[in-house]
Amino acid sequence: MNIDTEMVDYIAELSRLELQTGEKQAMTAQLEQIIAYINVLNKLDTTGVEPMSHVFPVKNVLREDEVVPSQDRAQLLAGSPAEDKEAFLVPKAVE
Amino acid sequence: MTWETVIGLETHVELATKTKIFCSCTTQFGGDPNTHCCPVCTGMPGTLPVLNKKVLEFAVKAGLALNCDITRYSKFDRKNYFYPDLPKAYQISQLYLPIARNGAVSIHTDAGDKTIRIHELHMEEDAGKLVHDPWIDQTRADYNRCGVPLIEIVTEPDFRTADEVIAYLEKLKETLQYLGVSDCKMQEGSLRCDVNLSVRPVGAEELGTRTEMKNLNSFKAIVRAIDYEAKRQIELIGEGRRVVQETRRWDENKDATYAMRSKENAQDYRYFPEPDIPPIELSQAYLDGLRSAQPELAEEKRARYRRGYGLPEYDCRMITSDSALARFFEELVELGAPPKQGANWIMGEVLGALSARALEPRDMKLTAPTLARLIALVGEGKLNRNTAVKVFEAIFDTDVDVDAYVKEHGLEQVNDDGLVREICARVLEANPQSVADYRGGKEKAFGFLVGQVMRELKGRANPQSVNAVLRELLGG
Repeated sequence: MNIDTEMVDYIAELSRLELQTGEKQAMTAQLEQIIAYINVLNKLDTTGVEPMSHVFPVKNVLREDEVVPSQDRAQLLAGSPAEDKEAFLVPKAVE
Repeated sequence: MTWETVIGLETHVELATKTKIFCSCTTQFGGDPNTHCCPVCTGMPGTLPVLNKKVLEFAVKAGLALNCDITRYSKFDRKNYFYPDLPKAYQISQLYLPIARNGAVSIHTDAGDKTIRIHELHMEEDAGKLVHDPWIDQTRADYNRCGVPLIEIVTEPDFRTADEVIAYLEKLKETLQYLGVSDCKMQEGSLRCDVNLSVRPVGAEELGTRTEMKNLNSFKAIVRAIDYEAKRQIELIGEGRRVVQETRRWDENKDATYAMRSKENAQDYRYFPEPDIPPIELSQAYLDGLRSAQPELAEEKRARYRRGYGLPEYDCRMITSDSALARFFEELVELGAPPKQGANWIMGEVLGALSARALEPRDMKLTAPTLARLIALVGEGKLNRNTAVKVFEAIFDTDVDVDAYVKEHGLEQVNDDGLVREICARVLEANPQSVADYRGGKEKAFGFLVGQVMRELKGRANPQSVNAVLRELLGG
């Protein structure tokens, strides 16, 4: 995979990030390094090795369907950069 | 050229669990904003989601009822998208190993029977609600819905008409309600439908370019949107232009669809296996257990009512149109009500009373034992049918003791032949003109005389015996 400005713009858009020209250049260089590292890993012969999605050999971790009181709203909102005592406030997102 | 419409459906159904899919917050509808939330469903860093056992069970039950292959080794995947209705910036869903695949649903329309193939059924979490506040020009995020469990049921592109789509959705709704896995209330968003639609010349093999329509929250909207969108695409192609693959929103007020956002642009979800949820492995014993516990579904009930009770197809369909109604009917029959009479009461009085009050059968106060008793009183000749209907109306909202009510209001049928005879004689005496009319061949006069007798007896007489006595006194 080749990292160019177009790719950085695309990833930035998906992440809703506005990057300045300098930041874009820095990102391009850093992402290139990451991909280069992955390319090294890709050289390893993994024929016959099953893809692993989970590190620990656990399965069927389930909980009972029993209601536990929710978090206090004021507490929940406290960590948010903007709120109005009822809801989290975010920049305009609805069409 | 003749065109054919090709439709596939993606239906999101909210599961009727008490708690959310990955945390123990309540799933109750409504509630003040952000009061059904915790660090897990608001996506706080360092929290660990844990799958709700009931969600898995409900998804498997739905998969079995839709004749799917259940995936014995299933996993969750992370669907990444950055939008504030999802505080984690990803939705936990299933892409690679959905819980169920390859199902089939048979539907019935005026055009005949047809099988709709189910591509897959997977579990996922619902998103929050965003409301824009124009005063502060900011969007308010309410995460009460966030993490409410959903199953998404994806069909193959097997529909050709809006009729087929509605027949399928009705069947789906009926099946899921009977299973008890969802209430499928469209008005509360617990059944939502996206319609994928393309058109092609009749006989063509290849599928045309499709659009996806969202925001369809009633059967009526679905039918109108399908009609509109098929017409729009055929016109586009007719003008030599091409259909663009995109998501379109149905605008109920304008009766039109409009483009939302281009698919190529925003829908790069970069799925990867969800590391927080370990895989699910289902044992044969688990599947066998659920399979044997599956309830009798509407179609099986209809067949049983037809065969066992000799009910007409129409009655069977009306009664099984709602699982609570079918249960009510079965209880009536168990309590000794003749099936056809039970069916008539349900289709007439019960459905009428519910519809007049805009109530669902599950919200009905009147219990089966009460109606069964009322039917029995008619059968025993203690109440006539008209009076019974009046009693029904009076007690429908309260469910009081029928016998006590009848006694208190003096409504028992008059079975005293002597009394009936006496009143009949008196009425004939008081209405010589009608008697003469009747003898002169006017049948209408007879009806008048019956009415007079019933009035004297405050409607409590048995109409048959009044008829018989009057005819006898009038000389046959």
